[in-house]
Amino acid sequence: MSSSPYIVQLESVSKHFGSFQALRNISLSVRPGEKVVICGPSGSGKSTMIRCVNRLERHESGRITVDGLELTDDARSLQAIRCEVGMVFQSFNLFPHLSVLDNLTLGPMRVRNMNRKEAEEVAMHFLQRVRIPEQAHKYPAQLSGGQQQRVAIARSLCMKPKLMLFDEPTSALDPEMINEVLDVMETLARDGMTMMVVTHEMGFAKRVADSMVFMDKGEIVETAPPAKFFSNPTTERCQQFLKQILTH
Amino acid sequence: MSPRIFTLAVFAALLTSGCSSNYSWGWFVISPWTPKGQTNLMFLISGLGWTVLLAVCAILVSVTSGLLVSLLSLANNRVLRGIGRVYVEAFRSIPMLVMVLWVYYGLPVVLGIELGVFAAGVLALALCDSAFEAEIFRAGIQSIDRGQHEASESIGLTWFDKMRYVILPQAIRRILPPLGNQFVYMLKTSSLVSIIGLTELTRKANELVVTEYRPLEIYTFLILEYLVLIVIVSFLFRKLEQRMSVSDRRPG
Repeated sequence: MSSSPYIVQLESVSKHFGSFQALRNISLSVRPGEKVVICGPSGSGKSTMIRCVNRLERHESGRITVDGLELTDDARSLQAIRCEVGMVFQSFNLFPHLSVLDNLTLGPMRVRNMNRKEAEEVAMHFLQRVRIPEQAHKYPAQLSGGQQQRVAIARSLCMKPKLMLFDEPTSALDPEMINEVLDVMETLARDGMTMMVVTHEMGFAKRVADSMVFMDKGEIVETAPPAKFFSNPTTERCQQFLKQILTH
Repeated sequence: MSPRIFTLAVFAALLTSGCSSNYSWGWFVISPWTPKGQTNLMFLISGLGWTVLLAVCAILVSVTSGLLVSLLSLANNRVLRGIGRVYVEAFRSIPMLVMVLWVYYGLPVVLGIELGVFAAGVLALALCDSAFEAEIFRAGIQSIDRGQHEASESIGLTWFDKMRYVILPQAIRRILPPLGNQFVYMLKTSSLVSIIGLTELTRKANELVVTEYRPLEIYTFLILEYLVLIVIVSFLFRKLEQRMSVSDRRPG
């Protein structure tokens, strides 16, 4: 599709919310298959940045290219990009009026034009991969938080995306449910999915990440492979953040 | 069900007891035990079909156009949003009775559109009511969490599919009580169409009053007719709400 070796490319991206500058001159490139973990204090712009990648937020200046297509106001190219980019939210955002199975088949049936039988086969395949095929006919509210988040991951996977975005996927979960979600994400990573993950789970980051990105006040302060990032961060802000987050 | 039966019983008791006045009731005009009374009863009840048909048609037109107007009011495009707002402001400020008269007598003169009494009634009621339906839909749609929009968009649904499969099914469940309210209201305001001559319940009562000179008995019976009709409708709406809430299990 494009000659660029990157599946996601942000070039000098900036964004304001009113007078608050959420993103300052962000540049970041992600190769196919790469796992990027983004961390930083709250309000540092990490969620805003990955939400810009599928245009849930509009950037004001700079360029964002996903899978060779530039993100613009053009509805058709935007929809094409969104089909290739899965998104997992902090608050799951499952459709409460639909069963688990219908949550999963909606996208494939409406967007990929599959018939119900095909879509259900795809859905059951991914429910098995997130290890809850037995919950297919329940409604979201009947599931635990961890199960809901795994359904949400499966819902994204049903679209067969080339890239998955995770926006603090375990922050709304009770501690005992965090691991079941992280396990699913690790499996996904091992299978070669390209992932951009905003999280505070540093153990997960150490095991999975190809590169770590540290953000503060809307800027990317440091980018490094995890080994270097955790043992020998170069900037002081990053050192302080890691000290706080790793001591508890 | 029992509160509704209770309401009916209290109403019936109050009305038939004669309260404390010296008025001597002449229920014979609609007595089911005399041939004359039976004829009158049948005459009154025969307006039921038009009342129900009028209200159902008007509410269908009104809900459909109300939904469309609410979508205009929520559009990103400023012009579309403006059209939606003007529609709501204009039509909710026109009194229904005036609207009925204007559609029936005014449209032929102004636009050369001549409608029968039934069509004119449906149009007038629907136009007025649709402004209220639009606001109800707007409230329902706006009450749906932004995350539902974002999740729909992130799996690539078009705007239409997002509304059709995700937002509206949830919004409609939430607004069923006010929608039921509007339908009840529509059944009652359909009586205004009697003024242009549609022989629905109120018109029938008016006609009988002129020949029988028993307005109090006849209008009391008319009240009971509307009461029974509306009790049935509200019962059906409760059933509908219960049925739809079975599949509506919210996360939490």
